[in-house]
Amino acid sequence: MAKYLLLKHYRGAPAAVNDVPMDQWTPEEITAHIRFMHDFAARLEKTGEFVDGQALAPEGAWVRYDGEGRPPVTDGPFAETKDLIAGWMVIDVDTYERAVELAGELSAAPGAGGKPIHEWLEVRPFLAATPAATECPHS
Amino acid sequence: MTSQPAPHTASSMSTSMDEALLRSLTPSVLAVLVRRGADFAAAEDAVQDALLEAVRVWPADPPRDAKGWLVTVAWRRFLDAARSDSARRRREDRTEEEPPPGPAPSVDDTLQLYFLCAHPSLTPSSAVALTLRAVGGLTTRQIAQAYLVPEATMAQRISRAKRTVSKVRLDQPGDVATVLRVLYLVFNEGYSGDVDLAAEAIRLTRQLAAQVDHPEVAGLLALMLLHHARRAARTAPDGSLVPLAEQDRGRWDTRAIAEGVGILQAALARDRLGEYQAQAAIAALHADAPTADETDWVQIVEWYDELAALTDSPVVRLNRAVAIGEADGPRAGLAALAALDDSLPRHTAVAAYLHERDGDLTTAARLYAEAAHKAPTLAERDHLTHRAARLNTHRDR
Repeated sequence: MAKYLLLKHYRGAPAAVNDVPMDQWTPEEITAHIRFMHDFAARLEKTGEFVDGQALAPEGAWVRYDGEGRPPVTDGPFAETKDLIAGWMVIDVDTYERAVELAGELSAAPGAGGKPIHEWLEVRPFLAATPAATECPHS
Repeated sequence: MTSQPAPHTASSMSTSMDEALLRSLTPSVLAVLVRRGADFAAAEDAVQDALLEAVRVWPADPPRDAKGWLVTVAWRRFLDAARSDSARRRREDRTEEEPPPGPAPSVDDTLQLYFLCAHPSLTPSSAVALTLRAVGGLTTRQIAQAYLVPEATMAQRISRAKRTVSKVRLDQPGDVATVLRVLYLVFNEGYSGDVDLAAEAIRLTRQLAAQVDHPEVAGLLALMLLHHARRAARTAPDGSLVPLAEQDRGRWDTRAIAEGVGILQAALARDRLGEYQAQAAIAALHADAPTADETDWVQIVEWYDELAALTDSPVVRLNRAVAIGEADGPRAGLAALAALDDSLPRHTAVAAYLHERDGDLTTAARLYAEAAHKAPTLAERDHLTHRAARLNTHRDR
């Protein structure tokens, strides 16, 4: 009963085994990939483990506060940013091992040639809000 | 076990009706349906329908016999569903479905429901969800909100759990330890969203204690009451953690403490010690101290030794090192800590605390920052970051 983020990167992750950019796949391969992602989410909903899944546009702006009474400053996108997040899936599972197992299955999504991409996915545990009362009896 | 603190109610049900009464009737109504021959999964759905109907109808038209009303409505719902189901099945000419199991014997029906919902074939998260719904009478939506998952996900988790236990016959006595583990998990989930799971766990454990005479059930109830009694003092208004030594003891719930201590003493007198009684004994010693300085740490260390003999858990060994640090001084605590694997969760946090007590503020500040980095919860991370910052600020002046 812990939540994990399975994070997919456009950039910044180690190279996948089947590392062909999506725009060089056939339309059928893209369709197969999208169907795999939908089916994966649907299956997790059936097992009672799905929380959320989102994809992000590759380009965004950088924004920062610029002082009282002034509009925020925007900049970017910066091509040199090392890490670029493509999307995520949030799962709620009983163990870390289960989170790793599911990330492994998701990484097998089909890509070029209909073969698994073997892409690297990042598995990050959520921080819970507060510690369990009985586990921290001195708090 | 006389004084019963008012349960926190789920706001979506908080009408003028007695929600606590309604929910407390859930398992016995379900048990009646199962005894009449309904299969567990269908009966459970029917009882949920009846509960929702009660929430709708009772405020304007309260029944004289609440349980009788629920049984009547739930049974009608069950028959309606079974009829439309069999009509559908006839239409589709499907015959491969198994007939529902025959009537189950009526030995302690409610207790059997606890065993069924905590059945070892279920994963912990499934057992928790099923217990909250079938025994606790919470709706799927409330359980989903409490665990911060979509309602559709929780609905699937519960229906899978029901399928998993559908082959289990309700005639074998279960293992009470499995039920206690589930209730302990619910209690530790605490409070998020609409439903106060700690209060719900206390209610369900209290109900279980009324059904089964077992010192560990009493021990768990005492443990929950003693921790719950301190809850208001454990967090500051901004949500940050307040360590035990700094808590305003005037905000502890003395009635809950008295009840917990009473239940614990009666359980310990039976001389069948278990891990929940030992944990409750430690919580009782904390609750018993008028000030942090007056805490009987020597006795607390003894209880940790008992607990370590009962359960070889890393949490216990770490907390024991803290207690030794208080009883015999921080150096002794550090020595106890050195014997433990430093990859244990919270190991660095305990080391930071013991070094601070020992006056080595530079090491403490460094370790607090490191522990914050590894903290498993947000509140702990913020707390540890504050400790590091405070030491760094003081040292630099």
